[in-house]
Amino acid sequence: MKTTELKPDIASLKEKANTLRIEILKMLTEAGSGHTGGSLSAADILTALYFYKMRHNPADPKWRERDRFVLSKGHAAPVLYGALALSGYFDKQLLRTLRKIGSPLQGHPCSRKLPGVEISTGSLGQGLSIADGMALGLKLDGLSSRVYCMLGDGEIQEGQVWEAAMTAAHFKLDNLCAIIDNNGLQIDGRCHEVMHIEPIVKKWEAFGWHVIDINGHDMEAVVRALDEAETVKDKPTMIVARTIKGKGVSFFEGKVEYHGMAPTPEELEKALKELER
Amino acid sequence: MGERAEKLLSKDTIKKIATRDAYGEALLELGRSREDVVVLDADLSGSTKTKKFAKEFPKRFFNIGISEQDLVGTASGLSLAGKLPFASTFAVFETGRAWEQIRQTVCYSHLNVKLVATHSGITVGEDGASHQAIEDVTLMRVLPNMTVIVPADGNETKQVIHAIADYQGPVYVRLGRSKVPLVMPDDYAFRIGKAHTFHLGKDANIIAMGIMVAMALEASETLKKDGLDVGVINMSTVKPLDTESVLRAAEKSGLIITAEEHSIIGGLGGAVAEFLSESHPARVVRIGIKDDFGCSGPSSELLKLYGLTPGNIANTIKENLK
Repeated sequence: MKTTELKPDIASLKEKANTLRIEILKMLTEAGSGHTGGSLSAADILTALYFYKMRHNPADPKWRERDRFVLSKGHAAPVLYGALALSGYFDKQLLRTLRKIGSPLQGHPCSRKLPGVEISTGSLGQGLSIADGMALGLKLDGLSSRVYCMLGDGEIQEGQVWEAAMTAAHFKLDNLCAIIDNNGLQIDGRCHEVMHIEPIVKKWEAFGWHVIDINGHDMEAVVRALDEAETVKDKPTMIVARTIKGKGVSFFEGKVEYHGMAPTPEELEKALKELER
Repeated sequence: MGERAEKLLSKDTIKKIATRDAYGEALLELGRSREDVVVLDADLSGSTKTKKFAKEFPKRFFNIGISEQDLVGTASGLSLAGKLPFASTFAVFETGRAWEQIRQTVCYSHLNVKLVATHSGITVGEDGASHQAIEDVTLMRVLPNMTVIVPADGNETKQVIHAIADYQGPVYVRLGRSKVPLVMPDDYAFRIGKAHTFHLGKDANIIAMGIMVAMALEASETLKKDGLDVGVINMSTVKPLDTESVLRAAEKSGLIITAEEHSIIGGLGGAVAEFLSESHPARVVRIGIKDDFGCSGPSSELLKLYGLTPGNIANTIKENLK
């Protein structure tokens, strides 16, 4: 089953991304804690993945030939949960249970609790290695399924990311496409103040990757980059998506404080007014 | 206990094989019978003996280079793609460097990843403390969903590798570098979570793992001459602990000796003491590395230096029976 559309309908994808942002804000406000900024910055990319690019089947989450998505920056769980709910993996009402006792929607994604989550994440730096292993396994089986992996920009300060970068290039994993959500902020401040990560593009090129540098909020650019990645042979692709933390809500945008803070009910009301306009 | 223990004393007739060599052979057998088996190593395939598999099945072998965290992560991804990965390197690097990857990815998600590490304990020898894992069992035992197995000899190792291939879930297997005598009976059949009791002694019982099983048998044989009846249990599955066997031993004798080529903190001795203190308080004396690092030297000399000898086991028992 192929649930993706063949031709991207950019307008409806933008609309979907907006709906996703609304769900993210609602579930975070209800939870009272969680990571707002990095969920909103990734919303356009996850929309393009779940509603345009990836072959997946919400009725059969373990479908063998599906494309896989690994959210290496696991703290952005709300954007993943929103995308899964809007795809139909589970009832949207479940989003209201985020971070509560007994909920399958853990603070960071848990694959044993929630169908659609490929692997538990939350400890940064591990997702790309896992994605490499998946890509190797799919190739061994001769499947054309692809693996997508989203990393945070601060996350690439983890050494394991570069181990995995070498592995992906060494084994010529052209069925792997990683995306860096480059919103420029991490908990303690601006990435370049905490620990320089630039030049990101040159680093990944030097590690043997095909790199595409885009504005991560330009839906057309996101879609084109994901299409391009599929045409690359013998190399993994890294999409460096330049994004804005808190994107979509004017008073969250670029604010480091909203890395790990949920909106208050008042903030939610104001934010919804902006998004529902 | 009989023939094998007597042979141990005579030193010359019993066959010796390193558990890592048995692992290399078992992997070949598995590779031939199962298409889903893949093997990963971190630049130590000659030492861990995964190289044999690599030669016969190059497409199913992945050398990840000197990057243990990536080794565990990549193995995890392969298991998620439906493969049965065996990931090997030295015990100190696999369980130490990649501990958090094992916790977060392998155990939390209950992945079907088999971590088989070699070069455990001080019998690594001349390479010294940096390469001698003496805390790996503790590190693995504390993780939920993890099964921890320490085979006593080469034949048991082969059985363990086949058994864990048929088991769904994370497993850590601890193997050694040096040759060890074949101590398990010919009709022995390994089962995960089941200890092998050679016999129960009324004066004391030794619960041992790995290379210490052979030494425990030798100590027990020696003590016979002193008129002491000392039993020996091979607790090859450290987790889940075979509590029934431990309990039976503690009911038979008030004195339990644990013997491990490992720190006495949190390993086999820790597991036995934790269990008995809550369920059947008995005197537990732990023989192992006493909160210390190893050092360089020939493995046989190191075993003497750290008191991991049949003689020290026997003396410890005699002292505690005074």
